[in-house]
Amino acid sequence: MVPFAGWSMPIQYKDSIIDSTVNCRVNGSLFDVAHMCGLSLKGKDCVPFLETLVVADVAGLAPGTGSLTVFTNEKGGAIDDSVITKVTDEHIYLVVNAGCRDKDLAHIEEHMKAFKSKGGDVSWHIHDERSLLALQGPLAAPVLQHLTKEDLSKLYFGQFQILDINGSTCFLTRTGYTGEDGFEISVPSEHAVDLAKAILEKSEGKVRLTGLGARDSLRLEAGLCLYGNDMEQHITPVEAGLTWAIGKRRRAEGGFLGADVILKQLQDGPTIRRVGFFSSGPPARSHSEVHDENGNKIGEITSGGFSPNLKKNVAMGYVKSGQHKNGTKVKILVRGKPYEGNITKMPFVATKYYKPS
Amino acid sequence: MAARFLWASRVASHLRISIAQRGFASVVLKDLKYAESHEWVKIDGNKATFGITDHAQDHLGDVVYVELPDLGRSVSQGESFGAVESVKATSDINSPVSGKVVEVNEVLSESPGLVNTSPYEDGWIIKVELSDAEEAKKLMDSDKYSKFCEEEDAKH
Repeated sequence: MVPFAGWSMPIQYKDSIIDSTVNCRVNGSLFDVAHMCGLSLKGKDCVPFLETLVVADVAGLAPGTGSLTVFTNEKGGAIDDSVITKVTDEHIYLVVNAGCRDKDLAHIEEHMKAFKSKGGDVSWHIHDERSLLALQGPLAAPVLQHLTKEDLSKLYFGQFQILDINGSTCFLTRTGYTGEDGFEISVPSEHAVDLAKAILEKSEGKVRLTGLGARDSLRLEAGLCLYGNDMEQHITPVEAGLTWAIGKRRRAEGGFLGADVILKQLQDGPTIRRVGFFSSGPPARSHSEVHDENGNKIGEITSGGFSPNLKKNVAMGYVKSGQHKNGTKVKILVRGKPYEGNITKMPFVATKYYKPS
Repeated sequence: MAARFLWASRVASHLRISIAQRGFASVVLKDLKYAESHEWVKIDGNKATFGITDHAQDHLGDVVYVELPDLGRSVSQGESFGAVESVKATSDINSPVSGKVVEVNEVLSESPGLVNTSPYEDGWIIKVELSDAEEAKKLMDSDKYSKFCEEEDAKH
């Protein structure tokens, strides 16, 4: 068990990190992510309010759908990444990182006060009465289907539903942090343990409790950012390769913090870009320097490790624009020694999101 | 955990030593010497073989890479000569004795996991020619090392 954002969490349960990571993609994993912070924004103006703080086209989301987005600061940098869902035009449900909870809530509260003082109708509720469980992998849907009457085959990637699961009212989002098909389930805290047990039992032991170590390996294989490593206050969503998350209308209109910086980057191109790497030798880790073939520093690794599913080293980091093309040969310094590597696209392991055919 | 206990009991009965029954204790072999940084050493005349202990590999988790030194390189007691990397961390390997590296376990480049599954046998890391046989006296015997591990684990 290790301290994590004020919580005590397991790096692993009984299974090794490698076994857990492989098992998630073969069978499935259940993660206790109750440390994450879920909240609801309500009111007539909750959509325009949230649009002042995030890059998503919230107005354009169909009810019951959501997306990954970024909360930006005045310089266009990322305050946090978050999965937001428009439940209805007057209710938005969002989940933010545990490590950013205090920062994010203070930020939202400050802006909400200003927005309300100008007559805007928005209020919030922080879901501390609920706990989040993440169920990921090929068995996620079949197992969860045993615990609810709703037809999960109609709930596609990015969609949201409030429904009864195992006897309690849950917020269900078809999303996750592994690249696999799966769900994040917000359940009333007093029913969380029962739901977790029910899920594990229905899977006949194939879905395994999975800890932080494998969670990190899985998201790395899926090419997903870890806020605090691959995304920080000084990195914009454009630099992070999340331009797709900036709504089309938002690219034209702006209206979120730091829009001037971001819109300029969209026009001129960013000076640095997030890319993936394969490398030989020891796994490249955060802060390892990336050099071109002539030994000039061109970037830095922000996270990396050994991929249990690919059985090779994978990493992500930032390099100077112009040096970022796939196939570019690089040298990565690990403990002072250079090792051969090359830039590659992400995800490293193909994603299996459940989308309509 | 059950599989590891089975392995430990097999090793234990093969070497005719007892292993603690409370929870799961790491395997400590009687005919080896141990350093506080969790390396074991087997001395055979003026040659020594070493690796990391069962306690060390258990705490590290799945080993994915072992950084081996060059042949002929000198190593000094207590100094780092390489590293063992697991999924979650990198750990220096310190030399329990001083000498010259005469053999490295090349198999670990292909199968670093041997450090986990067989830390005292197939997962050996290097062999050196001793430069000072007296140094081994500074190391712990198996009883002292077992106690050392218990005390360390109790602190966490």
